[in-house]
Amino acid sequence: MKRFCLLTAAFCVVLVATLAVAAAAAPQGKLEIFSWWAGDEGPALEALIALYEAKYPEVTVINATVTGGAGVHAKAVLKTRMLGGDPPDSFQVHAGQELIGTWVVAQRMEDLTWLFQEEGWFEVFPEDLLALISTDEGIWSVPVNIHRSNVMYYIPENLKKWGVEPPKTWDEFLAIAPSLQEQGVIPLSLGENWTAIHLWESVALSYLGPDKYDDLWEGKLSWTSPEVVGVWELFGRILEYTNPDAPSLSWQQATDMVVAGQAAFNIMGDWASGYMSVTLGVKPEEGYGWAPSPGTEGVFMALSDSFGLPVGCPNRENTIAWLKTIGSKEGQDTFNPLKGSISPRIDSDLSKYDVYLQSAARDYQSNRIVGSLAHGTVANERFMNDFATVMDIFLANKDPQAAAYAAQAVAIQSGLVK
Amino acid sequence: MSSGKTIRVLAQILAVLLAMVYLVPIYMTLITSLKAPAEINVMTAWALPSKAHWASYGVAWERFAPNLQNSFVLAISATLLSAIMGSLNGYVLSKYRIPGGKVALPLIVFGMFIPYQSVLVPLFRFMQQTRLYGGLPGLILVHVVYGLPITTLLFRSFYQEIPDELVDASSIDGAGFWGIFRHLILPLSGPPFLVVCIWQFTQIWNEFLFAVTLTKPSSQPITVALANLAGGQAVSWNLPMAGSVLAALPTTIVYVLLGRYFVRGLLAGALKG
Amino acid sequence: MHTRREHLAAIVTILPSIILLGIFVYGFIANSIYMSTTDWGQTAAMSLDPQIESVGLDNYRDLFTGFLNVRFRQDLVNMFFFTLLFVGLSLLVGLVLATIIDQLFWGETFFRTVFLYPMSLSMVVTGTIWRWILQPRGGINVLPTLIGLPPGKFLWLSSRDQRLVFDWSHLLHYACWVLLVVLAISAYSQWRQGKKGRLAWHLVICGVLAGLIASRVLTRLRLLPYPEMHGFNDALWGVVIAAVWQMSGYTMALYLAGLRTIPSELREAARVDGGSELQIYRYVDLPLLKPITASAIVILGHIALKIFDLIFAISSPDHYPTSMPAVTMFLKAFRGNELAVGSAIGVILFFIVSLLIVPYLIVSFRREE
Repeated sequence: MKRFCLLTAAFCVVLVATLAVAAAAAPQGKLEIFSWWAGDEGPALEALIALYEAKYPEVTVINATVTGGAGVHAKAVLKTRMLGGDPPDSFQVHAGQELIGTWVVAQRMEDLTWLFQEEGWFEVFPEDLLALISTDEGIWSVPVNIHRSNVMYYIPENLKKWGVEPPKTWDEFLAIAPSLQEQGVIPLSLGENWTAIHLWESVALSYLGPDKYDDLWEGKLSWTSPEVVGVWELFGRILEYTNPDAPSLSWQQATDMVVAGQAAFNIMGDWASGYMSVTLGVKPEEGYGWAPSPGTEGVFMALSDSFGLPVGCPNRENTIAWLKTIGSKEGQDTFNPLKGSISPRIDSDLSKYDVYLQSAARDYQSNRIVGSLAHGTVANERFMNDFATVMDIFLANKDPQAAAYAAQAVAIQSGLVK
Repeated sequence: MSSGKTIRVLAQILAVLLAMVYLVPIYMTLITSLKAPAEINVMTAWALPSKAHWASYGVAWERFAPNLQNSFVLAISATLLSAIMGSLNGYVLSKYRIPGGKVALPLIVFGMFIPYQSVLVPLFRFMQQTRLYGGLPGLILVHVVYGLPITTLLFRSFYQEIPDELVDASSIDGAGFWGIFRHLILPLSGPPFLVVCIWQFTQIWNEFLFAVTLTKPSSQPITVALANLAGGQAVSWNLPMAGSVLAALPTTIVYVLLGRYFVRGLLAGALKG
Repeated sequence: MHTRREHLAAIVTILPSIILLGIFVYGFIANSIYMSTTDWGQTAAMSLDPQIESVGLDNYRDLFTGFLNVRFRQDLVNMFFFTLLFVGLSLLVGLVLATIIDQLFWGETFFRTVFLYPMSLSMVVTGTIWRWILQPRGGINVLPTLIGLPPGKFLWLSSRDQRLVFDWSHLLHYACWVLLVVLAISAYSQWRQGKKGRLAWHLVICGVLAGLIASRVLTRLRLLPYPEMHGFNDALWGVVIAAVWQMSGYTMALYLAGLRTIPSELREAARVDGGSELQIYRYVDLPLLKPITASAIVILGHIALKIFDLIFAISSPDHYPTSMPAVTMFLKAFRGNELAVGSAIGVILFFIVSLLIVPYLIVSFRREE
């Protein structure tokens, strides 16, 4: 019995060693894409990879996806690899400060201005977007999609039943909320911590207006100023009309509440429209309705998934080809309809997109664009990590002044405020 | 004795009630895994599926199959290696007086208690520099090393019970270090081997942190594939639930079939731990 | 008794393990300790050649007194309460289960498997499943409706209620309370064992502690310049239940093995002396299970202190009421890029775990000699 065990062990070691050797002797021409897309988002990336492989058949694409933990596991893996000097060829990252504040300042990314010029992207990406994803030293990633953050969803039939209209401002919301509560309906459904930050940014945008909102992220507006304290106060009042079990719910479950008629409104990014259309089978316009979140009409709060070019990546030429593919009109119009987002290019072929996405694209091309906080466009990772703390403290004690001080401390420590 | 009988009847009833409580989570997992995504809703969480949607298992299996092989190779080799090394260590520490021997055991056992997160970055760099990062051999090494404390402890506690006189007798008969091990110690090691193997197999099969940070996609074990099912922006819960059932099958089978030996092994002296 | 050759073989056999553990455990911990005394985590943390400077114990000071690290302090409080409840309940439930199984008419294998199988699951799976079950909206709270009662109202993991609320600034004062209780119990056990000398020492220290508490002198010593309220979060009950469900099989198996090793002669003797079953259980069985309890406390204790996968799966990463130091460490290091602070938390965790383990190791190895 023991001899058998020893033999098995020896066999296993040999087997594993053989596998390792086999893997190392694989053909050249690889491209390793690192992302945290999985589940329903998987097909979109796979379609993009298929497009790339059709163009460059001699390259083997390795789809290295790590999901779970709301992206934290992917970040842990990515960071351990980068620290160890083993970067993937390209990795998914939110365009903007999430990339800049972590990787660009550490000089781990190559400037892509030359690529943008070569591909003519300066003409097809809106200026507001370009401003968000560049620094004085250059442009650092190629956006492959645009999601909108400040969207409010509702079921029109239910609203008729309850006798309310979608509010255009938060004051209107606060006016109709009590009547909804009386009818046993949660006025605004909410999920776990990050969805609260998602809601907060819409409230901040409406209260401050796009100019002051931008100032906040450029360090020109103090977090302890009366305007920002006002944001927290308004946010606190809105929270009174949300469901008490929010921390237990994922964002999908908060959307479920609206679809099931337990809640009236939900503020979420436009991946919720994909969830409702595809998974729940509720069609846009016929089944669900949407509007910009109260007070943000005319402003498009954007977040963007993008890929960059890490310094020292193993297959640089293949990676540049990848970036060209994802930035191309064909690439983006292949990826985005499947992902449920819109293309950052203004020359996108809108016929490929569903009703909701077409409306979003029209807004994108005409509205003022600002960046999202919850999704890494305007603040670096250290800020976001600590801001989650500030948010949870506020959710517990609802003290606007304390939250303002805490946020200012976070802003200083993370370098947002010089 | 009637009071004894009453106690036993009471025990029987309590056992049934408690068993129902313990099985509730499995019930929940199974029915959720068999529901179509649109049917999954917090409000109807307890309801049986309107129609068994077996597709989730098919999809989960498809995603898992490559990782399953990785998990098996990883768990089996790491378990066996750490068990063998633990057994040898236990033998040395219980039957030989070597310089520093008194300190060796506490130092080894102490290694059991470190939080894995605190060694993650230095561990990664080490793996990087020794070219062991990314593949199964590296992950196996990591699990063997971090399994050494508990396996050494369990074996040593067990071997302590073997009377020294037997060892001396063997020694006098001319059996050397290896001879004593092969002919005396090893034949008696059935129970602790079982306890150690069951414990290690479960720990390694279910471990996530090292699995996700130290491997490249081709070598990822099943725990990572399971997390990938539950990740992303849009989760349809039937998949992770189905995946959990599949991923837990090997270890559950181990406990169902070998549970008796686990208790028996604990009985036989691995208890002292 | 053993030849030199045999001794040499012994040393050579154990050497690889010592070296490996030396690197993988002690080397890496030393590295962590070093990292925690630096400021790695400022702006350019991720560069290949980060500019790191030594800052001594600043990270530690900031963790315990920094304004923004209220989360870490709450984690410590959570960890303390969770460990107490988890270990205590696992032992209790395990003992009850073992006793029940020992007394069964039939179905021992079946019931033992049912109680044991949760151990075979990974904590991620356990957390995911229990997250569903503990949903306030549709999970456990719905069960009473099956028998006609109104649905449960407890928010479980979403609850933000706190009990035993105390001010962190007065931590030393409350620590005295805890020490007093522990020493009182220990004094009682010394008295029962008739160890007069030890008892005297215990009473003296208890007296001093009581004096400190009554005079409230320690409340003058503020750890923080402002009041910071912490307490036992009701949300922890959900985590405790999931964790006990998972690990009670382990204590059950230990106690079952223990109960089965009790020589029947002892029980017979007690029965002959006229003891009832209950008395036999209390005075014969339980005392003999003490060593098992001690080792189970150590194993469960260190699992509780390091708990990570379960928390991550059962609740959101940023939910205070259920947060634990290991989670915060992971987030600080890998989401916030503050690697030095993450290392500091890791070192603190390691230190706390050592406080639990080292005395046990010393006592058990001294007992062997």
